[in-house]
Amino acid sequence: MTTPRPETLAKLTPVLTKRWLSPDAWRIGTYEQLDGYAALRKALKAHPDDLIQLIKDSGLRGRGGAGFPTGLKWGFIPQGDGKPHYLVVNADEGEPGTCKDLPLMTHDPHALVEGVIIASYAIRASRAYIYIRGEAVHAARRLRNAVQEAYDKGYLGRNILRSGYDLELVVHSGAGAYICGEETALLDSLEGFRGQPRLRPPFPATHGLYASPTVVNNVGTIASVPPIVLGGADWWKSMGTEKSSGPMIYSLSGRIVNPGQFECSMGVTLRELLELAGGMQPGHNLRFWTPGGSSTPLLAAEHLDVPLDFEGVAAAGSILGTTATQIFSDQDCPVYATYRWLEFYHHESCGKCTPCREGNYWMVRVYRRILAGQGTHEDLDTLLDTCDNILGRSFCGLGDGATSSVTSSLKYFKQDYLDYIEGRTAPKLSDKQLVGAH
Amino acid sequence: MSVFTDEIRERAREIIARYPADRSRSALLPLLHLVQAEEGYVSPAGVTFCAEVLGLNKAQVGAVATFYTMYKRKPTGDFLVSVCTNTMCNVLGGQEVYDTLSEHLGVGHDETTADGTITLEHAECLAACDYGPVMTVNYDFFDGVDAATAVGVVDELRAGGRPMPTRGARLCTLKEMAVQLAGFADERDGAVADGGPGEPTLRGLRLAQQHGVSVPGFDPNTPIRSKAEADKAAAEAKAKAEAAKPAPVEASAAPVKGGDGASAKVPTETSPPAPRDAQKAQAAGVAANEPAGDRKPAGDSTGAQERNLNEASASADGATSADANETGAQK
Repeated sequence: MTTPRPETLAKLTPVLTKRWLSPDAWRIGTYEQLDGYAALRKALKAHPDDLIQLIKDSGLRGRGGAGFPTGLKWGFIPQGDGKPHYLVVNADEGEPGTCKDLPLMTHDPHALVEGVIIASYAIRASRAYIYIRGEAVHAARRLRNAVQEAYDKGYLGRNILRSGYDLELVVHSGAGAYICGEETALLDSLEGFRGQPRLRPPFPATHGLYASPTVVNNVGTIASVPPIVLGGADWWKSMGTEKSSGPMIYSLSGRIVNPGQFECSMGVTLRELLELAGGMQPGHNLRFWTPGGSSTPLLAAEHLDVPLDFEGVAAAGSILGTTATQIFSDQDCPVYATYRWLEFYHHESCGKCTPCREGNYWMVRVYRRILAGQGTHEDLDTLLDTCDNILGRSFCGLGDGATSSVTSSLKYFKQDYLDYIEGRTAPKLSDKQLVGAH
Repeated sequence: MSVFTDEIRERAREIIARYPADRSRSALLPLLHLVQAEEGYVSPAGVTFCAEVLGLNKAQVGAVATFYTMYKRKPTGDFLVSVCTNTMCNVLGGQEVYDTLSEHLGVGHDETTADGTITLEHAECLAACDYGPVMTVNYDFFDGVDAATAVGVVDELRAGGRPMPTRGARLCTLKEMAVQLAGFADERDGAVADGGPGEPTLRGLRLAQQHGVSVPGFDPNTPIRSKAEADKAAAEAKAKAEAAKPAPVEASAAPVKGGDGASAKVPTETSPPAPRDAQKAQAAGVAANEPAGDRKPAGDSTGAQERNLNEASASADGATSADANETGAQK
């Protein structure tokens, strides 16, 4: 493997990942030796409003996909309203391709716990919940252990570090529903209902958990808070780009030599990431990739130099999402890849709204037909027409996300579809798989 | 006699106590994990138990239980083997792993081997794409599997062995796992410490370490600016900006009292509304939509819960499972 060039290596910014090399960082003693809970001590001496301002100044934007400015979100919480406030951490990581929050919670759970305490203090919440994906059992083990350790040390509970501030924190496991990563569906699930999205407005900032003011933030967002409190907004902004500040964990998977997590300054390009990851596997040439999970439109080899920040990816017609970079080669079929993603959206659609529930159901069937060599040219129009009826007409972003790979693969790889339809590519699914499907 | 012993009822109380007193319904998901821990699936009796302790009806509980994939609706084996067949794992060989296991075990998706050892399922993304193709046993990871290693794992399980996951803790049974999902600590010696990070997790970090890359300028003692200081800085920046136009970038990024500075103007597709607009919209939304009107939390009073718990422990279970079937809560 060739060593990446120094200017590429300089894009690495180990901040959220920096403790992962310390095998015992999940224990509170080790965490404390590595700057742990220093940010909390510092934050509790500051006024909550000043912490909100600090996060605004840092330019931190949500790490869960939408990139909403975090400080702004915190600032929306009405103060002095006499209602209880809540902080809910969205740890329901499940977007295909995304795998950055699980390692963070497994190997550095106290970073999240500390962030939760500081964020809760800033928005004046006395209860916080971490809603963790049910399947993430080892991360949940470590997290529950960390929460207990934090209680035992006086970082949680009553009168935290004798500041007079109280906080209860509960780790709440989900039960296998991708839709619960949508923040209002998550809140419904946390209230003990089916996880289905809510109509907005009202927004969670005023009517969230238990119809009270609530901040819902991603794991990466909250884990970014302690380093910002310690290093300051200017230091944080020394990483990333003007409008997308800070480091970001890029998750590289697929046909590359060294897949894995690469925490880099926002705005790094795929070309640079590939260099860090040792390049494409021998015999594979980059053909298509997702910049931020399967809900973000596919990009192609021509997009190698797109800066991977919120603005850069949007300008290229896609979405930064969760920076889950799934890399496919000329040996992978974009039609089949899209079909598999659609199976996912079909399975995970919560059923609340018709466009998403029915649209995904039927699109899966059209894909099966195409992949079995029985597709028609009209099917391609049907797919685009169906996407038109889902995008912007669904209750939440799940439906919108489902259309991303369909429309983008038809845009860049229409010939692949035609090759199935016109019989130049051998069918990938057999007739048998078409019968009584699902 | 109910399968749900006094110990389970005590645990149910502990779970309910995690949530605000008038919001006990939040305990429903962990309670469903708890009943699954007893029976290996959410049975009609389990639905009845949850309904009783929360003061809900069985249809309300059934509606929730059937929504989530992890609540199983028929008895399961000791080990749930989930093979990721979502796109990335699929193209890297996950589909072949699943097909081979299915043939080897003679069971399909969501089916259990006759000896009651293994339930097989194909799973959607398990959030470990950098280790693909992956499979999990009771949700702990076996990374980078191929058909042969997967068959080896299930054979060992069926022979009574407990192969060690690549990442995650030593294996327990699915019922034991469900106790943890209900929010209780893993009591096994050393289980929490099991499972160090794999190489893909550490990849970027190792590169940075090998080449001495770190983020410069980090000073943990950087002061947090108070509002008074920020206001002063903003005023100075404003004066400076007026004195020297065009305004330097530094000044425009400085915090402005009561506003949200540059961050509010970020032009993205999901561009956030300006705070005042948002507040207005929210106020309008609140006026137009009576929030949470049709979702009156059931089982509000702690007294009622206590009563239900006691009554439930007094009544025998026998007839209630049939009732649950009548509600159509379980298919």
